[in-house]
Amino acid sequence: MSSGQQAAGRGQELAIQVRDVHKVYRRYGRRKQFATLKSALLSGSVLRDLRPDAVFEALKGVSFDVAKGKTFGIVGRNGSGKSTMLKLIAGIGKPTSGAVRVDGRVSALIELGAGFHPEISGRENVYINGLMLGLSRREIAGRFADIVRFAELEEFIDAPVKTYSSGMYMRLGFAVAINVDPDVLLVDEVLAVGDESFTHKCLDKFAEFRRRGRTVLLVTHSLDLVTRFCDEALWLDGGVAKAQGDPRRVIDAYLMDVAGAENVQLAADDTTANSQPNPESRIPLDSARGKPGPDPRDMFQAAEGRWGSREAEITAVEMVGAAAQPAHLFQSGERVEIRLHVRANQRVSDFAFGVGIFNTEGVCCYGTNTQIDGGIAGEFVGEGLVVFAIDELDLVDGTYKLDVAVHRQDGVPYDYHRLLYTFRVKSPRKDVGIFRPPHRWSFSGGIRMSGL
Amino acid sequence: MLDSLRHLFKYRALISSLVARELKARYRGSALGFVWSFVNPLLLLLIYTFVFTIVLPAAHPPELQPFSLFLFCGILPWTWFSSSLLESSNVLIASGNLIKKVLFPAEVLPIVTVLAGLVHFCLGLPILALFLIYYRVPVSPTDLLWFPLIVLIQLVLTTGLALLVSALTVHFRDVRDLLANLLTLWFFATPIIYPITQAPERVRRLLNLNPFTHLAIAYQEVLFKPGPFAQVTRLLAVAAASVVVFVVGYFVFDRLRDTFAEEV
Repeated sequence: MSSGQQAAGRGQELAIQVRDVHKVYRRYGRRKQFATLKSALLSGSVLRDLRPDAVFEALKGVSFDVAKGKTFGIVGRNGSGKSTMLKLIAGIGKPTSGAVRVDGRVSALIELGAGFHPEISGRENVYINGLMLGLSRREIAGRFADIVRFAELEEFIDAPVKTYSSGMYMRLGFAVAINVDPDVLLVDEVLAVGDESFTHKCLDKFAEFRRRGRTVLLVTHSLDLVTRFCDEALWLDGGVAKAQGDPRRVIDAYLMDVAGAENVQLAADDTTANSQPNPESRIPLDSARGKPGPDPRDMFQAAEGRWGSREAEITAVEMVGAAAQPAHLFQSGERVEIRLHVRANQRVSDFAFGVGIFNTEGVCCYGTNTQIDGGIAGEFVGEGLVVFAIDELDLVDGTYKLDVAVHRQDGVPYDYHRLLYTFRVKSPRKDVGIFRPPHRWSFSGGIRMSGL
Repeated sequence: MLDSLRHLFKYRALISSLVARELKARYRGSALGFVWSFVNPLLLLLIYTFVFTIVLPAAHPPELQPFSLFLFCGILPWTWFSSSLLESSNVLIASGNLIKKVLFPAEVLPIVTVLAGLVHFCLGLPILALFLIYYRVPVSPTDLLWFPLIVLIQLVLTTGLALLVSALTVHFRDVRDLLANLLTLWFFATPIIYPITQAPERVRRLLNLNPFTHLAIAYQEVLFKPGPFAQVTRLLAVAAASVVVFVVGYFVFDRLRDTFAEEV
């Protein structure tokens, strides 16, 4: 727990207290699923079959507090335990150990309109849903007009719910849940499903909640929402609280970790590319050998793979960023080196090295080789290192793939690696396109602008 | 468990709304609508009457007249009992989405099933009354006072079993199939289509262990048999047994409650 958290806990009343919560899900094996009570009774194995085959610990000792009136965000990857945590706070399910305490009425927006019956009217469903969420009949009657207005369903409220569009269904579900007017509102990613205007409406409603001093707990993948709305954030990873506190700091830590994991993932992809050359490489190899050289346009069409006659070979490819370490993730504008470890299996004098960068749609962002750049081949014997340095990697945020090759000057490949290497470019700016030319804005006349 | 029961009491408005929804939704889209609640027991009765008075007239003692009324006294409560249990066995799984996503006491669901069955049972009573009037069967008003008590005992028994069955089905899906066959056996082990006096002594002792035997006989005593109500002690015994069943059923349900959200 952060020190700020404790201070908040002392100074204010707590809406939610979570203390060392563990949640273990039992998984039963296939045998159990298809076994029957009868067979279990006959073989006397009832007790044994009731024992789980495997256990999965979704939460491994999570503790946090949410002070009253705060908006609290939980972020984390899929399967990190976020939704489990939310369900425990909502009271759907109990922690295996530890304690969850919630002060006040809770309403959980976990699935909108869960429990609507398709055959009966929206009006009746509102009543039943409201009762289910803990309202009394009189309370629902008092809020009914608000609910219908919020859902924008004045005309259709007496039609059976099965005739509703999915948007209408969701709006009604949200309207009921939000009008329960809970002290603690739990929201699980429901904003991801609405259209733009509905999402705005929901956000307005949350803002109203905050103004009225209600507590909101938000589980979401929308990090933007967390930084904008939350007073505090928690990052769950593999059932453990990794960071907690100021949302911006928590989100940054989370993003760093996600980026690191992507790096590892991309590296793993490259290892497979390096160690297992495409087994079908012989086919293009043979066909390429007889031809005078691939039409340059072919370069833009071929699928990923590796081919060539292998008089000379590229044995390894690394990308090195500003950190002087092989990496797969770079900041836009970073200095990047593409390093080719090469080996000539026999002495060659007719050779060129080439590099191409493609985006995920297969558009060639840039391609060149030593010959295009005016290099004149002398001799290539034994091993060597080729470094292609880019002073500023001026690409926009996105994933890119790399072509590298060593080939004859007429284009016939010795060793061609087609789209085998992937790297990511990160950028804080959300500009669009592929290439970011170094640029600046300037203004004159009656224009005033700052921040550029 | 007492806490759970008290908590449940707060949800009575939900239970009544859900029962109303159940009844409304059931006949939504059918031409006859609510009329089916009357027609269904009537048709069932006609079929049984046809089989036992025209196809198999010798299957029951001739002095048991009118036999269709005798059948009705047993079949109407049995239909409530068996359909409630069959539906309960599926109700938690069918509402899995609700149990996983919304916080409310899950026992509401089997209870609603049983209560909806009770409403259908009550809707069948006017038909039964018509039969009584048609056959000019004298029903003593003092006997009739027992009727609500018998219904109440059956309600407690059915609810207890419904809770048990619904909770167990979540863990053992085959309870459903087991139950369907068990109910067929149970039907024949209850003196509904035959008078208990017709069963041999040995079998009768077994039948007496069946709580529904005494409920069926009680219904027959009140509505069919002339003479004062002679089932009092047995009925009280069944009442005690029903309370035990209810407590056991609710206890099992309560114990398994926390596993529902993970297992359905």
